[in-house]
Amino acid sequence: MPKDHGIGASSKRREDIRFLTGKGQYTDDINRPGQLYCHFLRSDVAHGRIAKLDTAAAAAMPGVVAIHTAQDLAAVGGVPCGWQVTDKNGEAMKEPKHPILAEGKVRHVGDPVAAILAESLEQAQDAAEAIELEIEELPAVVDMKAALSGESLVHDDVPGNLCFDWEFVQENKDAVAEAIAGAAHVTRLELVNNRLVANPMEPRAAIGEYDAARDEHTLWTTSQNPHVIRLLMGAFVLSIPEHKLRVVAPDVGGGFGSKIYHYAEEAYVTWAAKAVGRPVKWTASRSEAFLSDAQGRDHVTTIELALDAEHNFVALRCHTLANMGAYLSTFAPCIPTWLHGTLLAGNYRTPLIFTNVQAIFTNTVPVDAYRGAGRPEATFQLERVIDKAARELGLDPAELRRKNFIPPDAFPYQTPVAVQYDTGNYGATLDKALEMADAAGFAARKAESAARGKLRGFGLASYIEACGIAPSSLVGALGARAGLYEAATVRVNPTGSISVFTGSHSHGQGHETTFAQVVADMLGCDEGQVDIVHGDTNRVPFGMGTYGSRSLAVGGSAIVKSVEKIVAKAKKIAAHLLEAAEGDIQFADGQFTVAGTDNALGWGDVCLAAYVPHKYPIEELEPGLEETSFYDPANFTYPAGAYVCEVEVDPETGRVEVQNFVAADDFGNVVNPMIVEGQVHGGLAQGLGQALLENAVYDAEGQLASASYMDYAMPRAADFPSFAVDHSCVTPCTHNPLGVKGCGEAGAIGSPPALVNAVIDALSEHGVSHIDMPLTPTRVWEAIQAAKA
Amino acid sequence: MAQVSMTVNGKAVSGEVEGRTLLVEFLRTGLGLTGTHVGCDTSQCGACVVHIDGESVKACTVFAAAADGAEITTIEGMANADGTLSVLQQAFQDHHGLQCGFCTPGMVMSAADLLKTNPSPTEHEIRDWLEGNICRCTGYHNIVKAIQAAAATMSGQAQAAE
Ligand code: FES
Ligand code: FES
Repeated sequence: MPKDHGIGASSKRREDIRFLTGKGQYTDDINRPGQLYCHFLRSDVAHGRIAKLDTAAAAAMPGVVAIHTAQDLAAVGGVPCGWQVTDKNGEAMKEPKHPILAEGKVRHVGDPVAAILAESLEQAQDAAEAIELEIEELPAVVDMKAALSGESLVHDDVPGNLCFDWEFVQENKDAVAEAIAGAAHVTRLELVNNRLVANPMEPRAAIGEYDAARDEHTLWTTSQNPHVIRLLMGAFVLSIPEHKLRVVAPDVGGGFGSKIYHYAEEAYVTWAAKAVGRPVKWTASRSEAFLSDAQGRDHVTTIELALDAEHNFVALRCHTLANMGAYLSTFAPCIPTWLHGTLLAGNYRTPLIFTNVQAIFTNTVPVDAYRGAGRPEATFQLERVIDKAARELGLDPAELRRKNFIPPDAFPYQTPVAVQYDTGNYGATLDKALEMADAAGFAARKAESAARGKLRGFGLASYIEACGIAPSSLVGALGARAGLYEAATVRVNPTGSISVFTGSHSHGQGHETTFAQVVADMLGCDEGQVDIVHGDTNRVPFGMGTYGSRSLAVGGSAIVKSVEKIVAKAKKIAAHLLEAAEGDIQFADGQFTVAGTDNALGWGDVCLAAYVPHKYPIEELEPGLEETSFYDPANFTYPAGAYVCEVEVDPETGRVEVQNFVAADDFGNVVNPMIVEGQVHGGLAQGLGQALLENAVYDAEGQLASASYMDYAMPRAADFPSFAVDHSCVTPCTHNPLGVKGCGEAGAIGSPPALVNAVIDALSEHGVSHIDMPLTPTRVWEAIQAAKA
Repeated sequence: MAQVSMTVNGKAVSGEVEGRTLLVEFLRTGLGLTGTHVGCDTSQCGACVVHIDGESVKACTVFAAAADGAEITTIEGMANADGTLSVLQQAFQDHHGLQCGFCTPGMVMSAADLLKTNPSPTEHEIRDWLEGNICRCTGYHNIVKAIQAAAATMSGQAQAAE
């Protein structure tokens, strides 16, 4: 029977009440007394030198209080990057300055050149039009292959626009080449992982405020990790010590990675609030979001898979061009490297792997993590090349995968690409997915489609991801400039209610409910007795935030550690009150009992005694009942699964219709099944959106051609059917206390290759072997025509 | 500047607006009703949907001045009189039809209008109706379920009342 509360229950989300009644508080809902409105004048060309920038006329416009340009920010640092990749020669990546406002040059459409502060937003916008800005255009660097020629340079001091040239596993380079040269069969594929715009429905916003009497700064911002923003902005940009800088990320309307990073606008409003002595508010329009939120993916890859005569994978080699955009965003360098190269073993026993990644600067918006980040790119190329190999060799794609899966008894499994998988059972999720998708009935459905002139296809993909990001010592060795632990304080109040302060940040994930379930389960109390506090650096001791499916695996583990300390201390108090030996105290269902007796104490009695320590072991124990823990994971977690997509293609129009989509995931233990399933649904829609609809297209001049919802095809309700999801195959994580793995990114990782494989299956009779995403009707129709010709 | 008066969630309100002030801005900034959201600037996302004289409308497509004299309902006016969630709102919670909550006010307002005109819509009809409401979090799966469940509850209530 499903549980009705605690771990394993589909508890309804408490946060929904405020969202359903219009009482959420997102950053743009906040207004500060006396606030000014900020509007940024942004470059409308991709690349050029600023020849003239005259703000005098604009500054005299009604309501304008100040206009700032790079000159005013001379004492302020650039936007820092949080990860340093070392290239194949042992040299540090190129890390050109990312100024808050453009200095001398503009490097992408949307690069902010000036900031206008006015009494109203309209006045600020009107004034922007009066600024005299002349830009001498330079040739835009857009195509990555062309960028390497270095004819036009995004940064004058970065030759060939090459940020780094990375090899991994470098020692394997020759062995991989030899294995490929001598293999019975080699499958090659060139593919594009299309650029995406994250598009959380809430546009970014930021409000800066300065209290001169106390010398304190406050920033309200749409962030997935307010403490990280405090650290990056305080230490590297504005030189404000932590105790003088409060960062609040209130309700945040989705992030998907794009709200991890520290952005120039946040630093500007914080700086400007002090400069002008009034609060400063900025909210992005959607058009601005398209031109300033870090974008995702954008890899061009060649992959080769070598097989022996028995169809064992013997070697894998990849070359990737990864677009960094115009500047390095916070985590950008680690996405195509350590979150990508280390996942190239996938679910398979491939013994030899080598990848070469060249990261390129272009005159486009910066690129960074987007849901999955590096892992979708790795999974896509791997699952596509395996499918192509199966087709070339006339094998069942499921059987070829099964043959090469890491077997369930091989865990822990050391891959050749640095990571060690703790647990998994890939065959189980594949079996489950095929059963749910009624693979056996496909032939009949295909015949029925054919009778209507339609082409039906069945595609599958396995995936693995590294989540629960991340062991600090490991990521430190790989170039991270921060630790990736999580912090939590559990405060038991005098009457027994519990306040939990977590460094994880919820922007749709439902932490307020899930974390309360965990704590209530451990303490045997009502979930309603537990309050979850997040998103404010003045209330939460520390935190690294939410991304990389880390909140429950890392943030939840920190909470568990604190609750364990609470229970240990409470037992000591109970032993004293019950006049029993501490070792005889048992705690269950919110009751302290003495083993072998019927002496018992309630939770509330012990909590009260901690704060009213009249009868209390004061020589041994401090009063109070509050514990803080930092949890640094021993390893990543490795969620895995198998996805099946069934499509129908209309050969006359090229239109692809998703008929059925099945996801069988192994997330380890699950705290709230309802929330987990919702995370998968959302991930699937984003992955299928990438595969079918979405594309950030830049023209040769560096203009983003798909810069609004008129041109960027966001998935809508009618684009997909309902999904069939399952998480009953469970191999618990072995190294965190809850045995959980994370579920936020899986859907976006496994679904693109499943869909593309299904379409290629449908078109195989026409001889089509690959189409690059998104599989729009035009592309599909053209592929059919090209194959016919 | 022009003076506008309208009824919002049953209360008479008035204020000064510029000719270019959109209804959504007047609701959010003028009246402090921040439940109605702005998710785009091309009238595509539906985060701003309210009811004007009983019909769902994107409040970013209407000037505040043009709503002079109208009856407006926003998400803040959707709960039952005693403050509990309405059947539709409750169905969104029961079926996990929201995650970050940003699209939610618009979704609820759109869905309420659908159920008024079509009390038992099919999945297909629901998905078609939501064409103008974008959600980035839920994949729509649970939004559809919530609306279907609300329809079932409402028609059960209607039958019981007959
Ligand atoms: S704000 Fe997007 S449709 Fe109105
Ligand atoms: S719940 Fe986040 S956009 Fe719909």
